[in-house]
Amino acid sequence: MIIASNVTKQFGKLKALDNVSITCEKEQCIALIGPNGSGKTTLIKCILSMVVPDSGFITFNGKNILHNWEYRSNIGYMPQIGRYPDNMTIGQVLDMMKDIRGNTQQLDNDLIEAFELGAILHKRMRTLSGGTRQKVSASLAFLFNADVLILDEPTAGLDPMASEILKEKIVLEKKKGKLVIITSHIMSELDDLITQVVYMQDGVLRFHKSLQDLQEDTGEIKLAKAIAQVMTKSKT
Amino acid sequence: MKKIVKYVITDILRNRVMLAYTAFLLIMSLSVFSLEDNPSKGLLSILNIILIIVPLVSIVFSTIYVYNSAEFIELLVSQPLKRKTIWLSLFTGLAVSLGTAFMAGAGVVVLLYQPSATGLMIVIVGILLSVIFVAIAMLAAVFTRDKAKGIGVAILLWLYFSLLFDGLVLFLLFQFEDYPVEKGMIIVSALNPIDIGRILVLLKMDVSALMGYTGAVFKDFFGTTSGTLMTFFILLLWITVPVWRSVKKFNSKDL
Repeated sequence: MIIASNVTKQFGKLKALDNVSITCEKEQCIALIGPNGSGKTTLIKCILSMVVPDSGFITFNGKNILHNWEYRSNIGYMPQIGRYPDNMTIGQVLDMMKDIRGNTQQLDNDLIEAFELGAILHKRMRTLSGGTRQKVSASLAFLFNADVLILDEPTAGLDPMASEILKEKIVLEKKKGKLVIITSHIMSELDDLITQVVYMQDGVLRFHKSLQDLQEDTGEIKLAKAIAQVMTKSKT
Repeated sequence: MKKIVKYVITDILRNRVMLAYTAFLLIMSLSVFSLEDNPSKGLLSILNIILIIVPLVSIVFSTIYVYNSAEFIELLVSQPLKRKTIWLSLFTGLAVSLGTAFMAGAGVVVLLYQPSATGLMIVIVGILLSVIFVAIAMLAAVFTRDKAKGIGVAILLWLYFSLLFDGLVLFLLFQFEDYPVEKGMIIVSALNPIDIGRILVLLKMDVSALMGYTGAVFKDFFGTTSGTLMTFFILLLWITVPVWRSVKKFNSKDL
């Protein structure tokens, strides 16, 4: 569905992405893992064309995403730090997004209800706590029933109950055959979600394996231990 | 596009700075007209204030607004929208709001007290200057990442157009006073939208006699219909070129 070929992006002297190629298919749930500053968010932003790659290209359903914008209607995106216009209320932000997206037939209000956002619709975005902001971001990502879900550290800042709700929702959407791409530093919560692991370091894609292969190669069942083993190996 | 323009305008109209700007223009224009017995003298005072205040407020407000909408822009860019649409909507929203504020604050009063060709010209120049300086502000904001630097650049641009440019022109005039530079002056003045605006209004006021021979040359050029049309065309270029350039830059900007 999403194919990136030799994507390279440089910010000044820093090579954020170095010749990254990746193929994502439907019904996969991909974990994007790597140390801080390894280029995970940059890759995601490239897929959303928020960052324009220096070289290489990305296709979505066979179409190059450069100069193409319609494809983004198939993506639900939850940013790492949700930033919204300060003096809009939650309700206004939700309405605006519905207005912009335009497809109001098949809205998925599950998360809005589960997070009980209905009760605080009148609150302005600047008064919200980090966790509540994350809840709004998550609700927006899932709201439009998009085929692809890109979640950048979805559970960071959420309380245990909310992150449990979100995880259940991700599993549910995965079962519907959607492509889910998640970055996270909390390996334990990825265990029962993902099918594929992508490991990045210093802007380079180290490997892209199915979870099963990774477990067999490292002899560890838990993702956290498997990754830890890979990380120590790559250091020596 | 319409939807985003709507959101931008409702957001700006809620801004207190915008209300203060409108109120200031209103108080200023009303007091100038009620203090002066001679409305055309009042018009001259208003012209000078408009040529200073309108560009300043337009360029500074727009630059700050663009920087403060960084979150909004980021949110929109990840949605199925063309970048060009987002940027042009922002421009349209700002231009419409600032134009309306000028119209409500000064335009209506001028037209009420002085419903002549001169009054109309001042209103048109004021609106065009508002839009031109929104365009220049957006160009400055898209090229500088840092907010403080961007606002600094905006203020410097305003300083250049309203003060420094005239100084430079005066300097050149004295250097080349032995040569016939009157025709050249027309071209040089096209490089500054504020100057064009000032000339357009002054020529309508018939005080161009005070400007000596250069004034006569100006009258010959700007006074004719084709000259006036040409001037408006140049003013439109002052809008379209910065906007077009900033769209190009915004299309490849990393957010």
